[in-house]
Amino acid sequence: MAPNHPLIESRQQEVIEDFSVFDDWMDKYEHLIDLGKDVPAIDGARKTEEHLIKGCQSRVWLAADVADDGAVVFTADSDAIITKGLVGLMVRVLSNAPAQAIAEANLHFLDAIGLHQHLSPTRSNGLASMVQQMRLYAAALAAQQS
Amino acid sequence: MANTSLPERIRRDFPVLQRKVHGKPLVYLDNAASAQKPLAVIEGQREYLSNYHANIHRGAHHLAQLATEAYEGARNSLAAHIGAAHSEEVIFTSGSTDAINLVAQSWGRSNLSKGDVVLVTRMEHHANIVPWQMICEATGARVEPINVLEDGSLDLEDFHSALQQHKPKLVAMVHASNTLGTINPVSELCQAAAAAGALTLIDGSQALPHMAIDVQAIGCDFYVATAHKAYGPTGIGFLWGKKDRLNAMPPWRGGGEMIQRVSFEGTTYNTLPHKFEAGTPHISGGIAFGIALDWMNGIGMEQIAAHEADLVAHAHSAVGTLEGVRIIGTAPQKVGVVSLIADGIHPYDMGTLLDGQGIAVRTGHHCTEPLMDHFGLESGTLRMSFAAYTTTREIDVAVAGLARALAMLR
Repeated sequence: MAPNHPLIESRQQEVIEDFSVFDDWMDKYEHLIDLGKDVPAIDGARKTEEHLIKGCQSRVWLAADVADDGAVVFTADSDAIITKGLVGLMVRVLSNAPAQAIAEANLHFLDAIGLHQHLSPTRSNGLASMVQQMRLYAAALAAQQS
Repeated sequence: MANTSLPERIRRDFPVLQRKVHGKPLVYLDNAASAQKPLAVIEGQREYLSNYHANIHRGAHHLAQLATEAYEGARNSLAAHIGAAHSEEVIFTSGSTDAINLVAQSWGRSNLSKGDVVLVTRMEHHANIVPWQMICEATGARVEPINVLEDGSLDLEDFHSALQQHKPKLVAMVHASNTLGTINPVSELCQAAAAAGALTLIDGSQALPHMAIDVQAIGCDFYVATAHKAYGPTGIGFLWGKKDRLNAMPPWRGGGEMIQRVSFEGTTYNTLPHKFEAGTPHISGGIAFGIALDWMNGIGMEQIAAHEADLVAHAHSAVGTLEGVRIIGTAPQKVGVVSLIADGIHPYDMGTLLDGQGIAVRTGHHCTEPLMDHFGLESGTLRMSFAAYTTTREIDVAVAGLARALAMLR
């Protein structure tokens, strides 16, 4: 896999560093819950069927916009607070980045902070589908831009 | 006295119950999804695979004979366990889902036509809804649901009026609900359905592990269940039906085993139960299913049922101490299933934080979306479900874990 765009790599390192202070499983989740509470919710008007990614368990909404400089801006939300924390982390890493960089991103930070199981399809929390949507959107935009 | 000591006596039979999850002793409360396996079942499967594996019914050699005897022995055990009049009335399937699809595709395809009604309840698992929707779509029949009351009991008034109003060809319903725990009065319901001219299919997936079953006393036409919720392996279950009824039904899957003679001029079919068992079956699963039944009978179904009733009562009062938590399903007769919701908290968050404490539960709609819609529970519930080896102490640990999770989430 090609090396990450520096922006995406440095953001992942920041997240890994943030989580490095928690060695207890529950502390990590406490932090994730705090993140979930802090993350700005998606604009209510955009919390529609169109932006809904239906997981089996928790629901995730994702909206994408293109900034003037061509960067992709994601906003996302979930009805489950832990999923929302994870969604927030994903937005923090991928949003406001060039489309090509998002489409090709190697997302290793969840592994590094020991939360990779949330990307597993068996969790069906909507996170894996959201990441796939983000990549697809970015890839389509990148193709348009080139 | 004997009831309280049941888990102490049997827990050592279950190797997995000794393990830790995330550094904590495993508290396994997802038994309605699948129960853990006792050593007898694990060893029985190993013994077959190590010592006498062969394809059954056909081989002219010793191993084939041993394997056939063991597999057919399991069928006999199962027939005896459910009170079947003849062992050929027991058809092995891959599970309850497969068994319901068999009835839908075989009986349904030849008996349903435009305007006919299949009655189901709103508490059905998707496995007892979708196969009927599919066959109804193909035949022009339709599926009508029977209501569920606020406490999770079946609405008997609605049941009786639906029988009169729709004159259904078939009533398909759960013996015990996987989401609510409700035990339906199946014997009474089957009698009423028969009087209205309807056949009955009972989905006993959640009943087989928890209570004694007598298909003739119930008076149903079809009974289905799966092994893996009853301490047996996955991939094996059964359909029971009365001999005459099954004989009158056409096979639905063609292949080996199910034929008498094959020629391009015309093929004739085998007798029961083989007519409905095309292809090489799950031999090790069938044998181990028989062992699981023996294991349960060694304890006694009455004793298991009494222990689980104690667990439900204990769980109801323990959960009752949690503020802002509501139990969904408080019918007077329940199997070991306790579904709950907490105000403003997503079940997925609670389940994730319980997992972190080594406590395994199920969250979501439990494959009963129409029921969740009925109760207006968009995010589903958190479900704790018990088995013979579950202890009141484990329930206390889970409820304390839940209190901790709620404190973090609120």
